[in-house]
Amino acid sequence: MDKIRGRVWKFGKNVDTDVIIPGRYCNSIDYDELAKHCMEDIDPDFVRKMSSGDIIVADTNFGCGSSREVAPLAIKHAKVAAVVATSFARIFYRNSINVAVPIFESEDAWAGTDEGDELEIDPSTGEIRNVTKGRSFNSAPFPEFVQQIMSSGGLVGYAEARLAAQQ
Amino acid sequence: MGMTISEKILAAHAGKDSVKPGEIISARVDLVLANELSAAPAIEEFEKIKGARLFDPQKIVMVPDHFTPNKDIQSAKLAKQVREFAYAQGVLYYEVGRAGIEHVLLPEKGLVAPGDLVVGGDSHTCTYGAMGAFATGIGATDVAVTMALGEVWLKVPSTIKLVYRGHLRKWVSGKDLMIYTIGKLGVDGARYQALEFTGEIVSQLSMADRFTMANMAIEAGGKNGIFAADDKAVAYAKEAGVKSYQVYQSDPDAAYAQVVELDVTGVEPQVAFPHLPENARPISKVGDVPIDQVVIGSCTNGRLEDLRVAAEIFKGRKVHPRVRTIIIPGTQKIYLEALRERLIETFIEAGCAVSTPTCGPCLGGHMGILAEGERCVATTNRNFVGRMGHTKSEVYLAGPAVAAASAIAGRIAGPDDV
Repeated sequence: MDKIRGRVWKFGKNVDTDVIIPGRYCNSIDYDELAKHCMEDIDPDFVRKMSSGDIIVADTNFGCGSSREVAPLAIKHAKVAAVVATSFARIFYRNSINVAVPIFESEDAWAGTDEGDELEIDPSTGEIRNVTKGRSFNSAPFPEFVQQIMSSGGLVGYAEARLAAQQ
Repeated sequence: MGMTISEKILAAHAGKDSVKPGEIISARVDLVLANELSAAPAIEEFEKIKGARLFDPQKIVMVPDHFTPNKDIQSAKLAKQVREFAYAQGVLYYEVGRAGIEHVLLPEKGLVAPGDLVVGGDSHTCTYGAMGAFATGIGATDVAVTMALGEVWLKVPSTIKLVYRGHLRKWVSGKDLMIYTIGKLGVDGARYQALEFTGEIVSQLSMADRFTMANMAIEAGGKNGIFAADDKAVAYAKEAGVKSYQVYQSDPDAAYAQVVELDVTGVEPQVAFPHLPENARPISKVGDVPIDQVVIGSCTNGRLEDLRVAAEIFKGRKVHPRVRTIIIPGTQKIYLEALRERLIETFIEAGCAVSTPTCGPCLGGHMGILAEGERCVATTNRNFVGRMGHTKSEVYLAGPAVAAASAIAGRIAGPDDV
């Protein structure tokens, strides 16, 4: 996977899936339409302000709440390149892997990053470099099983391999 | 080393003698659930899986409940997609008028048994832990793949043991205990973990109270919440038509990540202030909070026992002139029983609106959306920013007793204040 380089939009703790994509829009599965409302209830101007390839950096428990897979999908279709958080809520973490949203769990990236900083992330090593501040942070490596899902091209690819093995 | 209930259920479904926290397993599921919001994208993903067919249509259940009865054309389109797939494929499907809120409906229909492994495309799937099942929420792609494989990958969670002791005060329900507990743990205090509810208080709790508590395990970040199935849980399951089940107990030497002792003596009815379920306050410390709306219902508190508590308080009283009160029975069966017990009559005489079963306002869908600046006391499970409407509206979470008393008082109030 190529390195991800982008500008930071910073959020706090417990960013829930209702502010990532409000429930009132969830009767649609037109992801590009949903992307227009990405982060709307925490920052109504987010989609207008951000540029393709930007990076969300948040503190603990990012994506808590609902199991709506449209939360990582709205982020993906808004063209956010990656989400870095101190920690992720479990369903969001799982959904992000399944729909191929690059996520990175880092203990110290949030504290060491300001809004507008430029980050460069190397997905192969998990290194997060703050280009603006000249500092680097580590992110937790994905469990081997999760890497297998990723290398099968997401969960659908994994399922196909698994079905083939069953037959 | 012994195992916890959660570990035993996961081991049994992974075909292993034992599992350890942190281990990743592939486990056979007994039931896969989806509502219209998760089923529609799950169906699209399912159709992308080459060579896939449903592992067992009778172990897949779809319940349109979030925006039903369809609130607009977009919602109707989504529900139609799900209905057509369900009929074509022969999965279990419950239609408006014969259904209700998924997590109230499934146990009522006898679809969940003690010892089962249930996954669902809804974060409150953890509700079924009240029956001694391991149940957890997943997203739509996971639902699609589980529908094809009949198995799901899971990381075995470590368990936090909650031990409830002491004496329960009048009006203190499972909802109050859970808000109190989340207040202690925090909204990510059980992230990736199992919550096991134990202690002498647990046996006194009704199944409705237990469903409420297991339901909100996710609000502490939990993967699942679980009670050991006792006689009450087994009797409930049998009455619902469950034929085979497996009762698990945690071993005395099971390892816990944490043991939290909670003395409930003196615990008052609780209110979770905006905008997180962890903002718990006892009713005596609420202060003067005028309100505009009350919602009594949801997968958390839409059961007959909840409606009985509310009716007891509404009996012979009136909803405050400036308050709208919306009562939403969890299922058609509960609605009918509430009619027969004349609870609905009490609600209507008190000035409440009674709705057909739906998730509706809980997720800001329909049937009671809040305007800017409005405040609502709700028996639902989340009070996030914008959850029930405008981002500058506020949701205060409480049990049915506080919700009903607040509706009468026009401000947040305890049942002893009215």
